[in-house]
Amino acid sequence: MFSYCTDPSTLDGLKWLSCYLTTGKHMSFYASFGTVLALLAITAPVALLFGFAGASAARARIAPIRWLGKSYTAIVRGVPDIAFFLFFVIALDQAFEWMRHKVKCPDWDHPIRQGSDFIVCDAAKLPLSSSAQWIHEAYGFSLAVLTFAIVFGAFAANVLFGAMQAVPRAQMETAEAYGMSHRQTFWRILVPQMWTYALPGLSNLWMILIKATPLLFLLGVEDVVYWARELGATKTAKFSDYPHGNWHMQYFFGLLVFYLAFTSLSERVFKRISARLSHGQATAAGEAQRKAAQ
Amino acid sequence: MSCTETIQNFAFRSIGYGERMLPRTDFTLCEHFTLIGSGMIWNIYYGLVAIIFGFFAATGLAMAKNSENKWLQKPAEFFIYVFRGSPLFIQFFFAYAVFLSLKQSVPVLQPLTASWLGATLVLFCNTSAYSAEIFYGALRSIPKGDLEAADAYGIMGWTRFKRITWPTMLRLAWPSYTNEAIFLFHATALVSFSSFPVWQQRGDALYYASYFADKTFNPFVPYPILAFYFILLTLVVITIFGAANKHLNRHLPQERRKKIRLQFNLFR
Repeated sequence: MFSYCTDPSTLDGLKWLSCYLTTGKHMSFYASFGTVLALLAITAPVALLFGFAGASAARARIAPIRWLGKSYTAIVRGVPDIAFFLFFVIALDQAFEWMRHKVKCPDWDHPIRQGSDFIVCDAAKLPLSSSAQWIHEAYGFSLAVLTFAIVFGAFAANVLFGAMQAVPRAQMETAEAYGMSHRQTFWRILVPQMWTYALPGLSNLWMILIKATPLLFLLGVEDVVYWARELGATKTAKFSDYPHGNWHMQYFFGLLVFYLAFTSLSERVFKRISARLSHGQATAAGEAQRKAAQ
Repeated sequence: MSCTETIQNFAFRSIGYGERMLPRTDFTLCEHFTLIGSGMIWNIYYGLVAIIFGFFAATGLAMAKNSENKWLQKPAEFFIYVFRGSPLFIQFFFAYAVFLSLKQSVPVLQPLTASWLGATLVLFCNTSAYSAEIFYGALRSIPKGDLEAADAYGIMGWTRFKRITWPTMLRLAWPSYTNEAIFLFHATALVSFSSFPVWQQRGDALYYASYFADKTFNPFVPYPILAFYFILLTLVVITIFGAANKHLNRHLPQERRKKIRLQFNLFR
């Protein structure tokens, strides 16, 4: 990075450190924080969407849709989510390849599962074996995003379902008395009002989502944990310009601080949003605001 | 090999008894069930030890956080903040690195790098922090009248804590504490993936489940079996904690009793 970094073995102290912290691998490490943030930025809205669909389905008037919604919200109960993460990554991958296989190679006559192998025709492989490296990485990342969205969508569905039930019944009855249709009551009365009830649950969920991001490592994405393990490991002079002992402790301490800062920052933001949302609401928090303003 | 033989060979594989070699090819359903079930022994061990010790630590931490003494309050608050604000996964990695370097300077601390002690210690600290926050919330919402009544009767100090504060705190906290216990058992699944080495393939349930999934490249058998075991475990936890909840609420009129409502909370 810097001009004096050409021969690190002659450096020491701060100069050495400044060179060490700006190596190419460290740049990848810093970029992986971006990966984590990107995952959060993409997953949160997608999971919210899944959750909204799930919650609306769970209170649908048609029984099969309701069952579907209810069982979606129930899948995460009782089972550790890490099991879902490990399961969905392989399961989704195989499901996609299987579907492409059925479409692209209809006259394939071998069984797909041969003993302990899962074999589809070459054209159905995802990503194609001829694709560039970045496509492989992007595919892995999008599988991870989809997995996170499915699991956290189920959490969100549960929160939103509770919030929908919490909107005062009288509000809905008034809307019906004015002659609004079922759809109109849902979109004009229920949805705008449910957020203030959903916020505590959603903010909790956001915290949980932040704290679940290190699991990206298990899904095979080169994330912060991957790089911390990689960079912190003992380096000998033979293989590295910057030999050092086992520095896992320092690297993971850094990650710990990063996550602590991130969660406390989020907490502060949520406090603000909560104050904004309870403005003018018929809840205890809204009442307190009204009294304070008088 | 019949299923009985498989059970004889592998039922206690996770704690080092029975056949040394894990099955390599032609996995049967029986082997799946036996080995993953065998791994559950570890999950139950981690969860049980962490919950039992964590319960007392959490009570202490909650009292400390609620106390007016700054020297008690601030450290307790900080402890809870650190363990609730960071991912359990990172805590495992960090703790393992710390234990590893401790081991080099103080050889007596060697067992800390093994998961039976080290991972349990991390889980213990983690559940203490989460439960302490629950207990603290319950402490803050003890009805003022109860404490005033105790004062009026001249019940003070330790007796007041033992007979009024603590039982009421537990009663109020119990529904959330049940959820905490369930999610702690779920969190034990992280252990074998978090740098604590699995010695001689004596792993927990998820370790064996992913072993099968890797070998057969078929996730649709081992993970549902794992899910089955965890649902079973969850039901057991709910039953035990439900009985305790009944006991804590036994003096209240029927309609004021707090029901345990299961929520999905917490991923650490």
